Amino acid sequence: MKPAPFDYLRAEAEEEAVSALAEAGDDARLLAGGQTLMPMLNMRLVEPAVLIDISRLPGRAAIADDGTAIEVGAAVTQASLEAWPALAGRAPLLARALPLIGHAQTRSRGTVCGSLAFADPAAELPLCLATLGGEVVLRSRAGTRTLAATAFQTGMLSTACREDEMVAAARFPAAEPGAGYAFAEFARRHGDFAIVAVAVIARENGLRIGVGGVAERPVVAEWPLLEGDALDDALDALAWSLDADDDPHVSAHYRRALVQGLGRRTVLAALEART
Amino acid sequence: MKRLEADGRHRVGLALNGREASGWAEPRMLLSDFLRHELGATGTHVGCEHGVCGACTVRLDGTPVRACLTLAVQAEGRRVDTVEGLAPEGELTELQRAFRRHHALQCGFCTPGILMSLTAWLETNPAPHEGEIRELLSGHLCRCTGYSGIVAAALEIAEAQAGRRADD
Repeated sequence: MKPAPFDYLRAEAEEEAVSALAEAGDDARLLAGGQTLMPMLNMRLVEPAVLIDISRLPGRAAIADDGTAIEVGAAVTQASLEAWPALAGRAPLLARALPLIGHAQTRSRGTVCGSLAFADPAAELPLCLATLGGEVVLRSRAGTRTLAATAFQTGMLSTACREDEMVAAARFPAAEPGAGYAFAEFARRHGDFAIVAVAVIARENGLRIGVGGVAERPVVAEWPLLEGDALDDALDALAWSLDADDDPHVSAHYRRALVQGLGRRTVLAALEART
Repeated sequence: MKRLEADGRHRVGLALNGREASGWAEPRMLLSDFLRHELGATGTHVGCEHGVCGACTVRLDGTPVRACLTLAVQAEGRRVDTVEGLAPEGELTELQRAFRRHHALQCGFCTPGILMSLTAWLETNPAPHEGEIRELLSGHLCRCTGYSGIVAAALEIAEAQAGRRADD
């Protein structure tokens, strides 16, 4: 339960981090909050030769609101985004999802971009980014590129981020006027990864619903405004389309039932939250 | 950029409970082990070593974190507060006394982490209700108490703080 030896590099600027990454390539891992990587190191699931610490990158510790999106830098912790005073007004979906991530004692170190980079299919932040239609900013020595959430997360624990790239920032679209936002998840214990998580944006003339925890990555659907049986039918079709599997935690049937039940409740909550 | 070689031992200095302290660490050394084995601060307990049980929770620059998910070299130059810092003169804090009154511990293994979480949290959330306290405690595993005594102790302190503020 102790990490294998590694060289430790503390990057004080992003250029240093991407240079070190380019040189070490496959042998390097970026360390941000470490709330996923450190357990993996402790259990020796990964044994990198070099660890590049980006948790103190001064240029990437900020949350910036440019009017259309909230940009969150690589060193921003989940706790600092949760404590951002404008969060509830500018990013209501994140305001609802952040308290459900791990525990207060892990959100204090865990970063927003780190969660996106790890790309767990049941994680809250990738689901929020996909549902909102956000973007990820990738930086390498060669330059910067921006990918849509759907192009970034390619599957279970896998992303389009190259070995020489770091997730430098994430851009979450800001709250749309009049729209309602809701997020809900079901887990056996508070702080566990969700068995099923649902995010919904309710607009004046339509719904956008994202489901996490079932398929290999978050799945997002766009619907007109639905209610009653039409909503149940759409949720039923969505649940079956996700190819749920049995696993040691719950059955596929149980997951589909959660998509239907939790989905309906979350859609209604988002409709209620419209202003 | 600072580079620390894997097989070298590097000097790590930090402020432990307000006092300068230093020791030697390989890059892979966890803060939990550094506190216990290098600095002799064995009040911080090591349970699961993957961030789940909460026994090793300490305050890093005031914020509760898992010492087992932090490298010792990451704490260089920072302030670390452990359970030893709560009662430096041997006089227990109000929260510790409430723990005793409410039987909030039996074997005591999880207690240092819980005290660090609750102490920090009661400073920033002076009037929490039971649901919030239980949510905070979800980050700690206690196999003895069933949590009731811990919740009762925390609520007593919260109510006392709220009462004091009302008097001001």
